[in-house]
Amino acid sequence: MRNLGIAAVSAALLLALTYLLDPFRDYQLATAAAYLCAAAGLTVLIGVNGQLSLGHGALMAFGAYPVALVQNELADRGVSAQWTLAVSVLAGVAAATALGAVVGVAAARLHGPYLAGLTLVVAVAVPSLATLFGGVLHGDQGLSVYLLPPPAALGPDFPFERWQAWLALAAAVLTMLLLANLMRSRFGRTLRAVRDDEVAARLAGIPVARTRVLAFVVSAACAGLSGAMFAILAQSVSPSAFALTLSLNLLLAVVVGGLGSLAGAVWGSLLLVLLPWLVDTFTADLTLSPDLRQRLAGNLPLAIFGLLLVVVMIAAPGGVQGLLKGVLKHVPQVLAPAVRGRRRSAGGLDDRLQR
Amino acid sequence: MVAAGLLVASMTACSGDSGGGSSGGSVPGVTDTEIVVGTHQPLTGPAAAGYSKISAATKAYFDYVNANGGVFGRKITYKVMDDGYNPANTQQVVRQLVLQDKVFAILNGLGTPTHTGVLDFLNTNKVPDLFVASGSRTWNQPDKYPNTFGFQPDYTIEGKIIANYVKANFAGKKVCVFGQHDDFGADGLKGVQTVLGEDAIASSQTYDVTNTNVAPAIGAFKAAGCQVTISFTVPAFTALAMGTAAQIGFHTQWVVSNVGSDYPTLAGLLKSAGTPLLEGMLSPGYLPSVFDTANPWIALFSRLNQEYNGNAALDGNVIYGFAVGYLFVQALKAAGKDLTRQGIVDAVEKGGFTGPGVSQFRFSPDDHSGYGGMQMAQVKGGKQLAFGPLYTTDDGTGPVTESTPLQEAPPTNGIPA
Amino acid sequence: MDRFVFLTVDGLSRGAVYAAFALALVLIWRGTRIINFAQGVMAVVTAYLAYSISNATGSYWVGFIVALASGLVLGAVVELAVMRRVEHAPPLNAVIVALGLVLFGQGVLGMIYGNQYRPAEAPFSRVAMTVAGVPVVSRYDLFVFGAVLVLMLAVAALFTRTATGLRMRAAAFEPMVSRLLGVNVARTLTLGWALAGLVGALAGLLVLPTGLGLHPTAMDLVFVSAFTAAVVGGLDSPAGAVVGGLVVGLVLSYVGGYVDSAATPLAVLGLLVAVLLVRPGGLFSGTTARRV
Repeated sequence: MRNLGIAAVSAALLLALTYLLDPFRDYQLATAAAYLCAAAGLTVLIGVNGQLSLGHGALMAFGAYPVALVQNELADRGVSAQWTLAVSVLAGVAAATALGAVVGVAAARLHGPYLAGLTLVVAVAVPSLATLFGGVLHGDQGLSVYLLPPPAALGPDFPFERWQAWLALAAAVLTMLLLANLMRSRFGRTLRAVRDDEVAARLAGIPVARTRVLAFVVSAACAGLSGAMFAILAQSVSPSAFALTLSLNLLLAVVVGGLGSLAGAVWGSLLLVLLPWLVDTFTADLTLSPDLRQRLAGNLPLAIFGLLLVVVMIAAPGGVQGLLKGVLKHVPQVLAPAVRGRRRSAGGLDDRLQR
Repeated sequence: MVAAGLLVASMTACSGDSGGGSSGGSVPGVTDTEIVVGTHQPLTGPAAAGYSKISAATKAYFDYVNANGGVFGRKITYKVMDDGYNPANTQQVVRQLVLQDKVFAILNGLGTPTHTGVLDFLNTNKVPDLFVASGSRTWNQPDKYPNTFGFQPDYTIEGKIIANYVKANFAGKKVCVFGQHDDFGADGLKGVQTVLGEDAIASSQTYDVTNTNVAPAIGAFKAAGCQVTISFTVPAFTALAMGTAAQIGFHTQWVVSNVGSDYPTLAGLLKSAGTPLLEGMLSPGYLPSVFDTANPWIALFSRLNQEYNGNAALDGNVIYGFAVGYLFVQALKAAGKDLTRQGIVDAVEKGGFTGPGVSQFRFSPDDHSGYGGMQMAQVKGGKQLAFGPLYTTDDGTGPVTESTPLQEAPPTNGIPA
Repeated sequence: MDRFVFLTVDGLSRGAVYAAFALALVLIWRGTRIINFAQGVMAVVTAYLAYSISNATGSYWVGFIVALASGLVLGAVVELAVMRRVEHAPPLNAVIVALGLVLFGQGVLGMIYGNQYRPAEAPFSRVAMTVAGVPVVSRYDLFVFGAVLVLMLAVAALFTRTATGLRMRAAAFEPMVSRLLGVNVARTLTLGWALAGLVGALAGLLVLPTGLGLHPTAMDLVFVSAFTAAVVGGLDSPAGAVVGGLVVGLVLSYVGGYVDSAATPLAVLGLLVAVLLVRPGGLFSGTTARRV
């Protein structure tokens, strides 16, 4: 119930925010929200259940392509209503969940680097399906996604980017709500038990393999929703949008934000969107040769991302969220009860390292 | 959770204040002193070989025009964004150009797979989408995309012209087609089939830009015994195909699409060992060859290249970039001092542009395609020179007609009147 | 028949490179129980160094030697500066740190050199020599086979016939006991990484002339294939790594040639899944751990 209240308040605040921002910022906000769907699922999988997946980009692809296919198919048949979007997104989530189940079952018995390696190969192999089934999926060129303009009820000048932001934010709030409830439930405790000590968990009667598969499936559904949102944002799908870089970016987001923490997923998603833009703005003010500027463009954020991953993992495994909690600990007594409450719900890698 | 939500809100609000660069006046990207246009180009990635020099040359031309007072007193600012030939990145950078940088128009967006994805967005936002750097027929849909215009001959037209030449000069030989696995390759193949007939092609293979192993395809060609191989490839893959062919001992007459046949670019890719492979390569072209030093346009662009482009190595891509710049400035002047987005679209539709091309532009209210004709060129002794008549045709089943190539002289100062 | 011969030789040639890479992965695994996800980017860094040196001096071989030497140094540096801090942490940390190194390395290379593909010249001709009219194998292919063979023999000799190798194996198997017996475990770990860096550098130099050229992400796909090769052969077995590499190379070549070029990543995935499900220890594995 408490989570529902928070979700409602957040939703209202975000709605107001979309009116304050101009269309390009709305688009960035929407992108961050879309990333958040996948990052939240991934942080639960890695941080709470201890399974390292490098293949969530592939799951996002499985969430995105059905949206394109269903939207285009319905448009071809002349079906023109806003509810078609819900059908498409559900199709995407279903497809991603199915793939998640398959990969989850294959990976249930694998640990650590083996699991990481398997999901890495999945991440690399799945995009090539678009070329293999080039007749329907159009290979490298990808598909456009047919989208209707915002509902007429919102007014004729309603920016399309704000509509996209609404859709993505709704998905993000929903995902966060569901996952927060999940983490506090018995299933959440089971996830942690399996992560912390498999043998003990098995002895306690927990079906370890099934728990791991379920965790994978849940995070796959989140990734599918995220992919569906990206299809709506970019208004197109192509294999290169879901390449290995995407999976690595998601990993970056959850690690730097704070493994196992939903708030951490928020920080990570914001980082993914804001850092390249910040670097761009920063270098725009410097006088650089066009050649150097061009070389910095994609690569400086990339190098910073990599450095962050290494530094965070070695020095601050709790990520941004962990650092924030540490800072708040030193704040006057008044806030102490609130801090204690929050520490109970999150589980991060720092807990594991203290073993 | 609440704190997180509030922090998110405040952070995004902060970034919202700094807002995108807005230009005074009601026309995006146009002020009394400046016109801002943007483009997406593969400055990096598998298709970058050669193409990365195009935007630098266009920018150099704009620098020259700016140094001579600009267009009606407005200087042209050219924002070049890298999309790495990756359609996902194109989405991002084009949105940034239109929504944040608020450019007046998108000029010479490069790539069939990359640009196809942003057509709807540009159309919805009524952004002039001028002189797309690709020969796909998608740009020529005036009713669906009224703001989009092509520049170079469609791949279907190119395929027909190539096939017509092959039919006349290599009658009875086994013909094969190698194409990129998208509209570029598909349209080219269709053009070839229109003239030669579907049964005449012994083997047809495709490649994906993301997969550099072309050995299976070239192996298939060797097994089929191809004597003439028509290739719709970007430069990197033309080089790969030729190199692989040499490795497995496959000898054929290469006829390569204009898109991937620039001699200096290919020579740079194949290096010293590979340059002999390029001898005898045939390719169609619609701009004068770099090696045609007597041509006044080449002389003009060489001079501008030295002064404004850092004396970059002169090749087909540089000439292409200058030609695009020249055309855009013509369009700006035709649109008049009172520059609007609809104004420039109308100006292009009115047509009547001149330039270095060997054929006329086809711009009209019903036709948004660019050049309609090409001349064949061949590499002999390390020089790629055009020869023979100008071939013109259409997208459909019309015949390939021959005529004399255009030779319009450039204005003395190199800036359109 | 022509095509089969070509595909087989091409597959073995690429497979030899995967074998070398897999060997590097096995070296580190045996020494530290870590799978070095940064192996690819380490090879690219040394390859860029070779490129710069070759261009500066005009000689491929000078660049070659420099690359191998810098591979040694880079491996040691990576271990000392970064991996040492996660060697005692859960395995997840090492994977994430390695991936961080990949992103960092690719970003830095891109900033220094730009993201253009730089065609890499092969030191020997890549034109196949013909036997009875059938193009069989090129001089460059022979060079690749030879280099990998020498490498494999050297590594095997190191592990089985030298005191250093014995120390490395002891340090990997039982670090505590080895320390008690006077083995400088830390130094042997560094040595393991240094050797892996050398092997990776060689593999990188061998594979680059066969693709579009040098690029910060040029080794990503090679890593995926090499990982599969190492798993197929068994992460604990150097011989397995080589066999695994050749198997993966052949599978990729045949699938690409006879089925579809786009199906090759899926073939790698299929092979990996099959091995992990049926014989998780790899083809050359010994005893398997007992499951509770």
